[in-house]
Amino acid sequence: MSDIFTMGIDIGSTASKCIILKNGQDIKAKSKINAGTGTSGPDRVINSVLNASNLNLNNISFIMATGYGRNTLQIAHAEMSELSCHAYGAHFQFHSARTVIDIGGQDAKVLRLDENGMLVNFVMNDKCAAGTGRFLDVMARVLEVNIEDLEDLSAKSKRDITISSTCTVFAESEVISQLASNADKCDIIRGIHHSVASRVGALARRIGLKEDIVMTGGVAQNKGVLSALEGELNYKIHTFELAQYTGAVGAALFAYKRVIKNS
Amino acid sequence: MVDNIKVVENVKNSRPAKEWLREIVDKVYAEAWEAKEKGELIGWSSSKFPAEIAETLGLKICYPENQAAAISAKHGGQRMCEYAESMGYDNDICGYARISLAYAAGAKCDEKSMPQPDFLLCCNNICNCMTKWYENIARMHNIPLIMIDVPYNNTSEASEENIKYIRSQFDDAIEELEKISGRKFDERKFEEVCSNANRTAKAWLKACSYCKYVPSPLSGFDLFNHMAVVVTARCRRESSEAFEALTKEYEESVKNGTSTWRYDENYRIMFEGIPCWPELRSLFTPLKQYGINTTAVVYAPAFGFVYDNMNEMIKAYCKAPNSVCIETGVEWRESICRENKVDGVLVHYNRSCKPWSGYMPEMERRFRNDLGVGVVGFDGDQADPRNFSNAQYITRVQGLFEIMEVKRKIKDEKN
Repeated sequence: MSDIFTMGIDIGSTASKCIILKNGQDIKAKSKINAGTGTSGPDRVINSVLNASNLNLNNISFIMATGYGRNTLQIAHAEMSELSCHAYGAHFQFHSARTVIDIGGQDAKVLRLDENGMLVNFVMNDKCAAGTGRFLDVMARVLEVNIEDLEDLSAKSKRDITISSTCTVFAESEVISQLASNADKCDIIRGIHHSVASRVGALARRIGLKEDIVMTGGVAQNKGVLSALEGELNYKIHTFELAQYTGAVGAALFAYKRVIKNS
Repeated sequence: MVDNIKVVENVKNSRPAKEWLREIVDKVYAEAWEAKEKGELIGWSSSKFPAEIAETLGLKICYPENQAAAISAKHGGQRMCEYAESMGYDNDICGYARISLAYAAGAKCDEKSMPQPDFLLCCNNICNCMTKWYENIARMHNIPLIMIDVPYNNTSEASEENIKYIRSQFDDAIEELEKISGRKFDERKFEEVCSNANRTAKAWLKACSYCKYVPSPLSGFDLFNHMAVVVTARCRRESSEAFEALTKEYEESVKNGTSTWRYDENYRIMFEGIPCWPELRSLFTPLKQYGINTTAVVYAPAFGFVYDNMNEMIKAYCKAPNSVCIETGVEWRESICRENKVDGVLVHYNRSCKPWSGYMPEMERRFRNDLGVGVVGFDGDQADPRNFSNAQYITRVQGLFEIMEVKRKIKDEKN
């Protein structure tokens, strides 16, 4: 029996992530382009995984799209919400996960999954950028630091600074005032991480926490936010190497299920 | 003459009830305009003020909440809200209130006009924002405001003290309206009006109850449209007749297996809260796509006041979604969900209605635990389209659909 390749593509607001899965088990290729829906990102990320795997679209049995731009991909065979895909993708990578905290570019969500990785409940942020990746982008720009450096800088903090505004625009003003009063950037960054943790922690408590708790999405790579969230919730929060690909992994897995169901 | 009546009856009987219902609401506003032109006094009333009082006195009443909903549905909500904001009203205030305050202040509004008020009837059973909203209009126009204060019910039934307190306010309202109108309150007429109101309420609740059939002969969104009559004209005999005609249509549909919901009914949900009037199409589209019929709503049957005497009437007016304790609210909603066999609940976190949205996280928790159904919330607004994001809504509905799929699969496997 020949191998079955499925593709999962997560078209977010700020990045496109793509996975090619072999037989519903092995990640054959992965790619991420920092350009999301409405850009060349989706096409580029698909070409990237096809090149990396030496496959072409004819070799792909099923393409499942997810994420904010899931309805825009013409070549997709089906689309599913990023909620179910994140849940299933997290389960694949961390079997004991029952709660998933995902902080994406423009939303934050907390998912409850069953023992099979199926979504049974979720809660998302309201119409506000606070507690999302975009919040961190804005703050990094104001502080003139790279988003990737936030984690290391935060680790150097020696003093607590509170960023109390929940609104991104007002928090930005607060950060500017701190800078104007010569506060240390590292302390401000830690304060920003705590602000995100406070906002997302409230969402998580609303759904009720059930272990194991995992964090996915791009922000999961920032250990500063992760540890602030652990402190906020008083729970161990796990993450994994492909945290940012979780939605795409879940989509590729659902694609594989469709192939098996249809065969 | 007799032949003419027969012709009118036949015309009424041969057309769809929804047309008849629409005409009744149009007539309420047309009669108000006509009365205003004749120099009669016009009242503006909150939707759950005891309409029976003004009707008995033959006063013409308009309903700002209904007007605001109509303006919003015709996409005039944002313009009117912005007008009120330019007057200094904060955008955190209820969208209906902002629209109404803008209209009262003279903002041009072709979407739904009504005569300006000469007196105001306000009952805070529906929400407390209503009090300040009406006080502002009273001051703006320098007109009398008759206020009925309904205390929040911490217990499942209104206490005797509260009933006495409200009764005294009913009596005072009658006295004040007698003075304002120069008319005498006729008890016999009052009985007749109450009888009409009860007949309307019963017919309305019966129409709502047809959602229990599988498949449902209607969508809950139909009820959102038809409820304008129970808000603006519940004391009229014609309203009860039109709702009775509507129930007959639903009965026929059940027999024939037809429905106003022309899509799949793969899943059935309860829609919690006031709809986003400016976004009805947006609300509808993903539900249609996934074959999700709304077979239970909270807002529409909340206007079915059934009573046998004055004390019961007062008790009925004590029961509004925002004036009952959480246990009563949960019990009421869960019985609606059970009767109408829902698979999920879609909760509108309404920026305009903080009292209603504030208790929803706890209600959501109860629905999940007690009913075992999927429950999902989305952010929106009953009148201000700036508070709604279509992309966010679509994702949440899709999430609800996927949860309902998982739950059904688990249930099927168990069976």
